[in-house]
Order: sequence, then structure tokens, then C-alpha cells
Amino acid sequence: MYQQTIAQLALGLRQGTFTSVELTQAYLTRIKQHSELNSFITVTEEQALQAAKAADLRLAQGNAEPLTGIPLAQKDIFCTLGVKTSCGSKILDNFIAPYNATVVEKFNAAGAVMLGKLNMDEFAMGSSNETSFYGAVKNPWDLNCVPGGSSGGSAAAVAAHLVAGATGTDTGGSIRQPAALCGITGLKPTYGRVSRYGMIAYASSLDQGGPMTRTAEDAAIMLQVMAGFDPKDSTSSDQAVPDYSASLNAPLQGLKIGLPKEFFTADLDSEIAATLAAAIDEYRKMGAEIKEISMPNLNMAIPAYYIIAPAEASANLSRFDGVRFGYRCSNPVDLTDLYTRSRGEAFGNEVKRRILIGTYALSAGYYDAYYLKAQKIRRLISEDFKNALAEVDVIMGPVTPSTAFAIGEKSNDPIQMYLSDIYTIAINLAGVPAMSIPAGLVNNKPVGLQIIGNYFAEAKLLNVAHQFQQVTPWHQHSPKGFE
Amino acid sequence: MSYADEQDWEVVIGLEIHTQLATQSKIFSGAATAYGAEPNTQACTVDLGFPGVLPVLNQEAVRMAVKFGCAIDAEIAPYSIFARKNYFYPDLPKGYQISQMDLPIVGKGHLDIEVDGESKRVGITRAHLEEDAGKSLHEDFHGLTGIDLNRAGTPLLEIVSEPDMRSAKEAVAYMRKLHELVRYLEISDGNMQEGSFRCDANVSVRPRGQQQFGTRTEIKNINSFRFIEKAINYEVERHIEILERGGKITQETRLYDSVKDETRSMRSKEEANDYRYFPDPDLLPVMIAPELLAEIKSQLPELPSSKKQRFKEQYQLDNESATILTSARELADFFETVVKLSACDAKICSNWITGELLGALNKASLEIAASPVSAERFAGLLQRIADNTISGKIAKQVFEAMWQSEESADAIIAAQGLQQITDMSAIEAIIDTIIADNPGQVEQYRSGKDKVFAFFVGQVMKQSQGKANPAEVNKMLKAKLQ
Repeated sequence: MYQQTIAQLALGLRQGTFTSVELTQAYLTRIKQHSELNSFITVTEEQALQAAKAADLRLAQGNAEPLTGIPLAQKDIFCTLGVKTSCGSKILDNFIAPYNATVVEKFNAAGAVMLGKLNMDEFAMGSSNETSFYGAVKNPWDLNCVPGGSSGGSAAAVAAHLVAGATGTDTGGSIRQPAALCGITGLKPTYGRVSRYGMIAYASSLDQGGPMTRTAEDAAIMLQVMAGFDPKDSTSSDQAVPDYSASLNAPLQGLKIGLPKEFFTADLDSEIAATLAAAIDEYRKMGAEIKEISMPNLNMAIPAYYIIAPAEASANLSRFDGVRFGYRCSNPVDLTDLYTRSRGEAFGNEVKRRILIGTYALSAGYYDAYYLKAQKIRRLISEDFKNALAEVDVIMGPVTPSTAFAIGEKSNDPIQMYLSDIYTIAINLAGVPAMSIPAGLVNNKPVGLQIIGNYFAEAKLLNVAHQFQQVTPWHQHSPKGFE
Repeated sequence: MSYADEQDWEVVIGLEIHTQLATQSKIFSGAATAYGAEPNTQACTVDLGFPGVLPVLNQEAVRMAVKFGCAIDAEIAPYSIFARKNYFYPDLPKGYQISQMDLPIVGKGHLDIEVDGESKRVGITRAHLEEDAGKSLHEDFHGLTGIDLNRAGTPLLEIVSEPDMRSAKEAVAYMRKLHELVRYLEISDGNMQEGSFRCDANVSVRPRGQQQFGTRTEIKNINSFRFIEKAINYEVERHIEILERGGKITQETRLYDSVKDETRSMRSKEEANDYRYFPDPDLLPVMIAPELLAEIKSQLPELPSSKKQRFKEQYQLDNESATILTSARELADFFETVVKLSACDAKICSNWITGELLGALNKASLEIAASPVSAERFAGLLQRIADNTISGKIAKQVFEAMWQSEESADAIIAAQGLQQITDMSAIEAIIDTIIADNPGQVEQYRSGKDKVFAFFVGQVMKQSQGKANPAEVNKMLKAKLQ
């Protein structure tokens, strides 16, 4: 039963084909069997079984919601009451969250079963899951390769059928890039669509949580629960949440798809380019109009991002000081020693690198040249998206410049690593929603197609993705050994 | 420092005043703001800076800031933003303080002060909202430091003046005036012992006539009017002494030691933090709609300066009495209640309140709000002066009894038989006896020694136990002694 989608499992639970407890046990067994992937940091077996029992009761009483009894898992960036919430870092290795993130509360209220907490790059800083204090996650398509990051644990677990669906967070591509590299469906919603309360901040103006699933249909079901205004998050939007499942089957006749010429250059792997061309052909067959567009400021996205995100991170991570929670060095001699050793001993190199970049960029005398300049670029990029999306309904392009790369291949070359997000970062700067869906295989490794929409047009994205999944098999493929 | 020195130098002072806003809950969380709770019992996960938590702006704090801005005639920013001020300290849980840097909520305004009868306008550069930090407790922890985060996240309004003050006296007058204003507006309790109203003073001196400012030093965290005056005066003398010796002032932050009455260096400009301010991405810009601004303006209470002017005109009070009576909203209300209820002359009411009542309150270290004699009871007393039931002298005796009890003036007068003798024949009998018993004094008076008249008045009052109406006594004595 673990091969099924959330939609199929929900049906099975209602029809009594299996119970939530049986389903949960099946997944828990699989998680144990495939511990080699290292996709989980914490497995909450006991709590999961309890939640499953409660879900079965609800199902029997007939007041179940679509996610009631469905086993999911949370990226370990979401605070979970009474459960270790590490954010992939040594500094929070001993941190038991005293409250639930809003997203977690919502899944609990919907009756979903949480199987545990998923591995991730430390503080969501990374594109390969190699920066996790808990070790690299392996890509089920090729165990020598990375699953992408930072939501690498989520992507690998969904791809390997260890969970029916998972949460991820996306600051510069952290849902879409691992979704692409692991051959699953990932949605980064519009900034403000999903509450950030209880989601440990990396770069507050860019961070956004979203679903990682096998299908667009499943993503719609999960987003339905996650989305909405939260009085605890001032940056969350009070726009009404539409019924994301209702419009999945709308026909795509006349859909205007824009292909930015800046996305399709020589830098893109030719086999990936060919895969995307075939995918776009499918849309043409469904009646979509394809149009080349230009977004001239996209090339400045990475430099702008690597000022803004580290600047915000440098302040966001100041609270990890060894005083109130988390790691504290042994026998500090004075305050400075307490700070420098606690932080020095417990933050990994990538986190330190970004704190330093951010601190530098905000320093007196550099602020205008770096931070303010980056904000100006951010506005220009937003304008590019607004202009483009006034012309077309959705924008399509690659998610990653290559398929999954080998573990260790880029871990000593931060610039190469940063370039893995070259097609995803601009979307976060603009704040628009985007998806990654499986579009084919190159050398038996998944390739993702990115679909970008206008602000709060998640329903449109899900519709466009779902229609593709009605005519293509790519989302149904499973990695060998994980079928 | 000689008098000549003072003539040569001009003092320049600007003040930054932090006033705690009287909101029920903190500026970015729902935790309570009450003072004096057990350490760390009024701090929630937001105040503690836990991973994942987010600030949500308390709209009441915004309203209070706008109210203040309206009261000082300031530009209210239609759009203002919060920024993060980054520095590490154990009582600053997030490692940054949420404050405002560019685009504060209150822009340029002004406050008029009065020193030695002269009025002066002090410019206010800006006022901005921010959160307070917690407290570090260095005692009682055997070489360790205790952290109390109850105060973390308490809303503050930081009010920054222009460098417009030219003496410690002016600085104190400004601080007092501001203190009076925030309490009038009911945006702060102004409790200085509890740190609800504290001041940083920027001080410099320059040769008289010079345009350019001298190098300034900043004296941090002074929480009394007396100390601010002493600290500034100390600092001014120190500057002049250094400059007259040919030395240079180091720009630095200093602390005032009230025990030794001196300031000492805390950190120099070089050691100062680079706060790396940047807009806080967790908070939306604060938008003040014109409707909200109009609403707050319309609800503004009568401010001290206009109240004082009205008191002078409506009640014919002199400047000093009007100043005292309008120095606190509760006191002004007390006065107006007494005038209304007692039907007594406003000047008499004013004299009685500024004299007897404030004297007694002062002695007992009580605020007007805590007065044992309410405005209603006090009016009852003055009413009996107005209708000649008792003399002013007896009234003082009644007031003392009222202070000690819950009784009304009438009850005390009746119980102690203090009403004036209005029976003219009784007074006449007393006067006749006294004239008969003191022929020598009568002789002296009749031979032109007018001073002896007071002797007779004293004797009558003594014999009547102060209950004779003095005016009637005077009149009858004069007639009888002719």
C-alpha cells in the first residue's frame, strides 16, 4: 500500500481496505529497512501509532478530513512540541521544541500522522544535504549521489516511499531542487501563503514552506491544509484560500506558456534541454501556446540572493548563543568565550560562511554597496516576473542545470554549489509560486520541469502540473530497489 | 570653576528619553508587562527568542506613539518601518533589538519649556518604537550572572531631542515637561524608580559665539531629575576643565555614579558596536491611515500648556499656581472638582490645594491620586470656609482631622463644635470683658499705639477658641475701642 498516492490512500482508508495503524506500521517498517538513505533525523514511532489510532477512530466516526490517517513527515526545521527539532544542526541537537509550528498544528488538526522529522542541510543552508550535522542523505535513484537540498531528507523519503508526503521549505530552491533530483513533485507557494510561525528562520523574507509529494493532486491536498493567514505571522497573507483540488482538471486549451530565453542557454545540460523540450511539447499537444519571453535581470539573482539571504541569516542565527537553549560549550571562562566557543563548536562551515558574508554585507560602510544594491536588484527581478506574467499564464524552465551529482563532488566548492540553484533563486526573490514536477529521466536520473505562476496562482500551477501527470508516466517511476 | 569660565563657554545638551508605554502586553508578544513579577515568569517563547517564533506588533503601542506625536505637533509618518539592531548580550535574547532606524513613526516636533519665567522651545528630532531588553543580575549568583527576561519585549518610545538645551536646568525642565506630558496622555506611568522613564544625555561645550559643536559625550541611563542635573553639571565642568588645560574631549559613553557624584568612561567611540541595522523582514511596514490619525487627534486630552493657559484665564490664577496645578492631570482634575463642588473662590481653592494639601502629600510622600482626602471631601471643607461656618484657621484643624479619618468636614465640625460664633451678643460679651480687664492696653491704643489692636484680636480669638468670625471681631473691636 505504500506505493500509493495520498489520494489513493485516503480512499483506501475510507473504504476500509486498510487502517491508518496498518498503514503507519507499514511505513515505519520501510523507514527502518531503508535507514541507509539517512533521510530521517528522528522517527516518532510511538506518537505516530497513537495518532494513527486516533485517526482510525475519526474515520470510523465519519468525520475524517482528506489527510486523516495519512502518514507524513516534517522537515526538521518545523518545531514539533515535545520532539527534537534540530534544523540539521549540532547547535540544536538537544533542543526539544516547547510548541508546534502552525503548519504542524494544522496537520495535527487534520488528523495526519507524523512519522518523524526529516534530514536537511544545516539551517536549510545547502543544495545537497551534505551540510547536515546528521550526515548526508542519499539519493534513492543513485546512492552515490546527493538528493539535493536543503529539503533532501523530504525528497529522498517521498521518492523511496518511506512517507506518503512530506513538508519542505524553500528559500532559494530548497523544495524544487531536491524534488527535481529525486523525481517527485514539489511546490513552493507564494511568499506569505503558508505561515512561517514555528519554521526556524534562515532568510525570513524568502523562506516559504510547501508540500513535497508524488503527484500534483497530492500537493493540492497538502497545500489545502498548510495554506492560510496566521495571526502569529505578520507576513502571512489574508487572501482567501481557494479549493486547490477543484480546478485540477481544468483543460489547458489556450494556456499561454512563456519560456525565458535566459533559462535556455548553453549553460543548460543538453540532455536536460531535450527532456524539457519534450515536456513542453506535451503541453503544446494539450492546446497550450508557447512563447519565448525575456527576463533580462535573471542573471543577477544569485549575487543578490547571496547578499540578502546571508544578511538576514546573520541576524536570525544570533539567538543561538548558548545562553537559553541548544548547545553550550563546556566551562566557558567568560561571556566572549561562551559565545565564540558555543557558536564555533556547534555551527558547521557553510552556516559560518553565510553568517560571515551576511555580517560583512551589513557592516558600516558596506551596507549601501551590498545590501541596498541587492534590494534594488530584487525589485528589478520582481518587475521582470510581473511583466512576464502579464503576458503569459505560466513560465516554464529547468529546475537544475544538471541531474543529481555525486556526494562530495561540489562540497568543497561553494560557488559551484550555489550555481545549482541558478534557475530557482529568482523565484524566491520575486516571491511568486513555483513547482518542480518530474519530466523525464537522463541516464536513469530524474529531471524536473519548473512551472512558475503569478502571485497566489497556486491553483493554476497545480492544474498545469496535474494535467501533465495525466498524460505522462514520469511521476509514477520509482527508483530501483525502492518500488 | 570660576564665574568667568561659565561666561566663556556655552553648554549644549540633547536628551534621549526612553519611556515605557503603558500597554497591557508586550510590543511583539502577548506576555504581560506588569512590573515586579518573579524573574522569567512574564516571558513567552517570543520574548525568549526561541527558534521559529515571530513578532506581531501590538497596535496599542502604535496608537500611543501616534498620540505622543500629535501632542508635540510632530509629523506622523504615514509609513514607518522596524529594523533590527544587532549586538550580542545575554539579556538580549534574539541577538538583536527590534527598533526603528530610518523612517521612525514620529518625526520632527517640539516642546515648550519654561525656565526662570522664560519660555523656550525645544526641538524634538524624532520618536520611535522599540522593544526593551531584559535585565542582567550580577549579584547573588556566586560569580555567575542571572538573566531576568520579564522586561524583554516591553514597549518603549525613544524620544530624541535636538541639541537645543543650554544648561542642566533647561535639560531638567525639558525632562520634567516630557514626563508630565506622557502621564497626561496616559501612555506611560512615568515611574522612574521602575525604569519607566530614563534618560541619556549628550553633553558638549563650545566657546561662546562658536557655531560648530564641541565633541560630545553621552551619559547613559539616568533615572532621576536630580541626578540628570548633577550628572550634566559634573560633565560640563569636566569638559571645561579639560579644554581650558588645552586638552581634547574624547567622544565616548559615560556612566553617572550618584554615590560619588561623578561620571566615568564606559566605552569609547572605537569600542562602540556596529549595530548593522537593516529592515526587519518579520514585520510589515506600519501604515497610519489618515482616518486613524484623525481619530487619535480628536481623542487627545487637553494638554498641559493649554490647560495652564485656561486656568490662568478662567480662574484668574497667577502663573505659578497655574503651573503647579496643571503639572499633573490628576491634580488639575482635583482642583476643578473642588472649585465646582465647593462654590468657593477659585483662588482660595488654589491656595488650599497648593498649600495645605500638597504640603501634606509631600510630607507623606504621596501622589495626588493617593490622597487620603478626596476632592469631594476637600470641597466639603472649603464650602464651610466660603459660607463662614469656620475660619481659615479652624479649617486647618479640620483638614488635619480629615487627613486622619474618613469623616466629612461637616461631621468633624459638628463633633468638635468648631462652627464660628455668629451670635453677635456672645462676641460682644467677650470683647466687653477683655476691655474691662485690660485698661492699660486700652489706654495705649487710644493714645495712638495701633499695634496694640492685634493684642485685642488675639485675646478675643483665644477666649472664643478661634471660633469667632475674625472680620466681625475686627469691626466690633474697632467700634468699642473708639
